[in-house]
Amino acid sequence: MSLKDFRVKDDADQERVTQPQPRFTRKQITTAIWFVALMSLTAIILYPLLWLFLSTFKDNSEFGSNQGLLPEDPTFDNYLKVFEGIAGVPMWRFFANSAFIAIMATFGTLLSSSMAAYAFARIKFKGVGIFFAAMIGTLLLPFHVVIIPQYILFNNLGMIDTYWPLILPKFLATEAFFVFLIVQFMRGIPREMDEAARVDGAGHVRTFTSIMLPLIQPALVTSAIFSFIWTWNDFLAPLMYITSPEKYPLPIALRLYNDQTSTSDFGATVTASFLALIPILLFFLVFQRFLVAGVATQGLKG
Amino acid sequence: MTSTVNRVADATETSTSAASAGSEVAAPGKRPKKPTTQRTRHWRENIAGYGFLAPWLVGFLGLTLIPMLYSLYLSFTRYNLFQPPQWVGFDNYIRMFTEDPNYTQSVKITLIYVLVGTPIKLAAALGVAMLLNYRDRGAGFFRSSFYAPSLIGASVSVAIVWRAMFSTDGPVDNTFSFFGFEIGGWVGNVALVVPMMILLAVWQFGAPMVIFLAGLKQVPRELYEAADMDGAGPVKKFRSITMPMLSSVVFFNLLLEIIGAFQVFAAAYIISNGTGGPAGMTNFYTLYLYKRAFSDGQMGYASAMAWTLVIVVAIIAAVLFRTSKMWVHYQGDSK
Repeated sequence: MSLKDFRVKDDADQERVTQPQPRFTRKQITTAIWFVALMSLTAIILYPLLWLFLSTFKDNSEFGSNQGLLPEDPTFDNYLKVFEGIAGVPMWRFFANSAFIAIMATFGTLLSSSMAAYAFARIKFKGVGIFFAAMIGTLLLPFHVVIIPQYILFNNLGMIDTYWPLILPKFLATEAFFVFLIVQFMRGIPREMDEAARVDGAGHVRTFTSIMLPLIQPALVTSAIFSFIWTWNDFLAPLMYITSPEKYPLPIALRLYNDQTSTSDFGATVTASFLALIPILLFFLVFQRFLVAGVATQGLKG
Repeated sequence: MTSTVNRVADATETSTSAASAGSEVAAPGKRPKKPTTQRTRHWRENIAGYGFLAPWLVGFLGLTLIPMLYSLYLSFTRYNLFQPPQWVGFDNYIRMFTEDPNYTQSVKITLIYVLVGTPIKLAAALGVAMLLNYRDRGAGFFRSSFYAPSLIGASVSVAIVWRAMFSTDGPVDNTFSFFGFEIGGWVGNVALVVPMMILLAVWQFGAPMVIFLAGLKQVPRELYEAADMDGAGPVKKFRSITMPMLSSVVFFNLLLEIIGAFQVFAAAYIISNGTGGPAGMTNFYTLYLYKRAFSDGQMGYASAMAWTLVIVVAIIAAVLFRTSKMWVHYQGDSK
């Protein structure tokens, strides 16, 4: 108490002394306004997520009457209900399905995209220019133009209701975005690094695996994070290809909640939605600096 | 900062010239007077190149190029997956534009969504980026917080939350009621459901914001100091320094966001339970395409819709690239 009084007096004294130069305090005021403005914006932007989190503790009957942040009578019922599952499938199964698809897809993307990028960035072969232009062209292509023929193809191959249509394309580097990202990164690496290995007699396979892959690690990490998150969130592909509930990944399982119980069991819907976001939010908290820096330098979109 | 778009162009240029240089050397290499080692080396490079490119090449041909051509063929047929495709000429395209009010409606709301949503989203992104650029300390926290929605925005979870936020007596409705505006829920309201979708897009302003911020950091401080000495105000500085220096980043963001906005799907599907309602107001282009193909079994009609989208996106991209020469300034422009 007394200490605080002293501090206030000190400040007042200082102000009196520095009064001839009012720019100092003006700078402080602007910074304070800046801070308050951004804090309010943060509150507005993160409000839906906070609302989602706190709503998972609301009783089902509360959703009609209490749309505020805090649950009147906090309960874990929603979590218990969600863990029981839906349509005879336990919740952990949807998580396991999503994790399997996302991990396989990420592995496939990294392997095929880094191989293609190495060919584009480091090997002079006939036709590389045309293929590179084609790859850039697919960056901007609305992929809806290929979903119908792809569906017909996978249907003819008997792959409907399997994970092949979701995973196989990733092993074929169909997401040009990642190829482009890794090419850009490789172009930034001095050629001397891998040319030295080539002079020493290493072939392209050797140069790629023992020189290039360790050097492009940052690009691979960024690609892995985005590939994982995008596959985890992907809705259209599993909606088209996966028909049995026990094979559903999370987004389609959430639709099950959304369709069947839109009014009667909103608590479970909200809780399942929240649980589905947790892996992404954890990824984000751990890698946020990395992600944001990656987006900024590569000019890529999240 | 050399813009990414610029870098794409540069990268294409170098690789094309590298390829043509390669073939120039390779052609005389076939003559016997050239040393054999050179020829085998070219062979090796070709084999290695196609070896490394093989997965991408299979994917490009099998999952992109051939499907695109097949989809073009299907767009001139009637096809329901069970009977063989039946050639109908331009019938699908003609029906789309003359006999299908649902299609016209779908185009209308998608265009509103793209043409209104994208500028608002980019303006928000630029505004907040400039605010963050004002000070370095503490900006990192805000930058990450604002970026988070971009990562999760396309997920089903967020669509479910969004619908709850804007439902009758939901948090948004309550806030408006508090200030005396009784507007009710947005989800079932024909006039408000598109604005609600636009707000969902604007909420994800973080991704373009981060790119703008990286661009702002590259603007030399001396330019602003010089402008200060000349007595330029903030508006003048924004118009004469910030905008020209950022124009390549604006171009890049505009291109990406417009193309992305045309393809909004998951949110529209979840918010309307796959129906596109109320009154077709969330029947966005790709949702309608999906319904035509997989609910109605009209693969030919849906393919015609898909190709129309490709052509529209190609025209927009071409117009942006063409006009960019007039308003995009590249730093260190020496070419």
